[in-house]
Amino acid sequence: MTIDLHQIVFGVYPYLALATFVLGSWIRFDHEQYTWKSDSSQLLSKRYMRFASNVFHIGILGIFFGHLVGLLTPHGVFLAMGVSDMAHQGIAIFAGAIFGGMVILGGTILWLRRLLNKRVRAASRWMDINILGWLVMTALVGFSTIFWSYHHASQGDATVMIRLAEWVQSIVVLQPEPELIRNVDPVFKLHIFFGLSVFLFFPFTRLVHIWSAPIGYLFRAYQVVRTKRAL
Amino acid sequence: MKVRAQFAFVFNLDKCIGCHTCSVTCKNVWTNRKGVEYVWFNNVESKPGIGYPKQWENQDVWRGGWELKDGKLQLKAGSKLNRLANIFANPDLPEIDDYYEPFTFDYARLQNAPLSEAAPTARPVSQITGEKMEKIHWGPNWEDDLAGEFDKRAKDRNMHNLEKDIYRQFENTFHMYLPRICNHCINPACVAACPSGSLYKREEDGIVLVDQDKCRGWRMCVSSCPYKKVFYNWESGKAEKCIGCYPRVESGMPTVCSESCVGRIRYNGIMLYDADKIEQLASTPDVQDLYQAQLDIFLDPNDPAVIEQARKDGIPEDWIEAARKSPIYKMAVDWKIAFPMHPEFRTLPMVWYVPPLSPVQSAIDQGQLPTEADGCIPKSDTLRLPLKYLANLLTAGKEEPIRKALNRMIAMRSYMRSVHVEGVPNTQALEAAGIDEATAKEMYRYMAIANYEDRFVIPTGHEEVRMDDFYGFQGQNGFSFGNDSSPGISSNSLFPERRKETVESRELAPSSDEDR
Repeated sequence: MTIDLHQIVFGVYPYLALATFVLGSWIRFDHEQYTWKSDSSQLLSKRYMRFASNVFHIGILGIFFGHLVGLLTPHGVFLAMGVSDMAHQGIAIFAGAIFGGMVILGGTILWLRRLLNKRVRAASRWMDINILGWLVMTALVGFSTIFWSYHHASQGDATVMIRLAEWVQSIVVLQPEPELIRNVDPVFKLHIFFGLSVFLFFPFTRLVHIWSAPIGYLFRAYQVVRTKRAL
Repeated sequence: MKVRAQFAFVFNLDKCIGCHTCSVTCKNVWTNRKGVEYVWFNNVESKPGIGYPKQWENQDVWRGGWELKDGKLQLKAGSKLNRLANIFANPDLPEIDDYYEPFTFDYARLQNAPLSEAAPTARPVSQITGEKMEKIHWGPNWEDDLAGEFDKRAKDRNMHNLEKDIYRQFENTFHMYLPRICNHCINPACVAACPSGSLYKREEDGIVLVDQDKCRGWRMCVSSCPYKKVFYNWESGKAEKCIGCYPRVESGMPTVCSESCVGRIRYNGIMLYDADKIEQLASTPDVQDLYQAQLDIFLDPNDPAVIEQARKDGIPEDWIEAARKSPIYKMAVDWKIAFPMHPEFRTLPMVWYVPPLSPVQSAIDQGQLPTEADGCIPKSDTLRLPLKYLANLLTAGKEEPIRKALNRMIAMRSYMRSVHVEGVPNTQALEAAGIDEATAKEMYRYMAIANYEDRFVIPTGHEEVRMDDFYGFQGQNGFSFGNDSSPGISSNSLFPERRKETVESRELAPSSDEDR
């Protein structure tokens, strides 16, 4: 049996990216926690931040959870809940357009700000500029898949979407089936490659702050007191 | 009752000459690094003035500190949920220009410039971008000694209910210095605002610190501190603040700013307080009662019940002893001449201030001020510094405690003058101010002489008993087993490292041989 590029990108690369994502994050947290931060540049320039940063973050959270639920929920569960394939595809197109559009709009403003604002640029690392650009490009390719999805939907055909979801699930359950998506339109493959790469880059960028989303703050007492005394 | 010890300060503004030695020594020790060039853990402001960062006292702008919402304490910036909803862009965060753009000068140019008619100049260089700056528009102490127009400094929040036009006239100008550091509050808003829980108050001495490893750079502490004494290091992406010089304090030494103060205005000592009462007293409805509330939270270190409870709560014997000798307790509680700054922020700050009197002393001596019936104490409302201004700064606008404190200080001076100049003790002023001779003499010793051992009563930290396995700690203190210090600058590190390169030119001056 020979292995071709398609199988490497959609059968092997996902594991490379996910393993780097998990192990890289773990090692960085363990060894370099001082570098674990959101790395905000708001102090250096507040302009555009209130609009662009909020739009970008809300958009990307919507995109993340949309992909999580839409791709990882087994097909049977959707049907059992009464969500037909066409309804699923409709929601995906609608939500993807809104949240994806927000990522593109907010992300582009933030990226231009990072490049053009002298202070922010001076404080930026190479990877800060790259990762933001990469996310915007991923979102752009993702957004353009809508035209294909819309075309499929208009013909009452949801097979591509279902195959994409089944491929993702095959990766998650450690039985990769790259053949499932061998014949989908290239734009989907490109988006998958861009998206998987985000996981690969993740531990080496400021994205690690996502792990630290401070939800616990809501349930914490206001004051924090630490003692060195042996308790 | 739960007894806790607090490392506390008194700054005697009466003797501050605004020399900035505290600021400079602090800067050299703690914030002379990339990312915190603009940060002054200690700064000295000229008041009236809008300060550093601009308008820091105006919480309509920055929404720092606490407020009562339906009788309950809440951060002025909003609920916890509201804070998280604003985490992507903190609407209340100051911008670098609210502090100032940090700058240095192109000193190398002075040595390397080619021969020319006009002397070369060292132009300012931004320490953020490394580019030349056309003009410096603001600095860490732009308003020094009332620099600038009256209209600008009159935006000082403490002037809001004063008749400003009176003080516009040169004859009525008033001026004082206000040295500021982190207040190491009993009810710190920065700690309460930190989403990741990286800020904390140390139980042993109450010093408020940022856990640098745990900080994620959410920036909520920066805006929630009403004194704007938590800063964002734009290079490391972490919050940094005055650390109360804890490595020194643990060894029984005063903070750098206190030790280096040439006017001997700073006092370091221990206060015992009741940790069970924090929420109740910080929720005092009327802001003008907060000064008294804070006095009420302090415990009398001579009270046997307090001592017994302090022992139960694990406070070491020498700390209780230090609390008994605390200069802070004497000035804040016994003599009531020191006040917390802006108690209306409800953070229960632990740097207290003796209000300044100096500008009026010569006027008193020349008999130019109308006095009370005793002929010694001038009427408080005739002082050059408006009582209301001091009250706005120190007691949320309540004038009576400030008036009493100033009267006590004047009485002490009047009495000591009679002793030293006239040779006959005259207690008339003391009686009017309600203090006895022994107190006046002690006040004189602490405030005028200000001996080192009276100013600084600092028990050493008991690290040895606080370790789980204190024998295992032997021979390791200060020794790093790796990963504790940055390995330096590496261009191909897997994870981003702290950059340390400066913007200064490293071009060497031509050697003198070339001139021959």
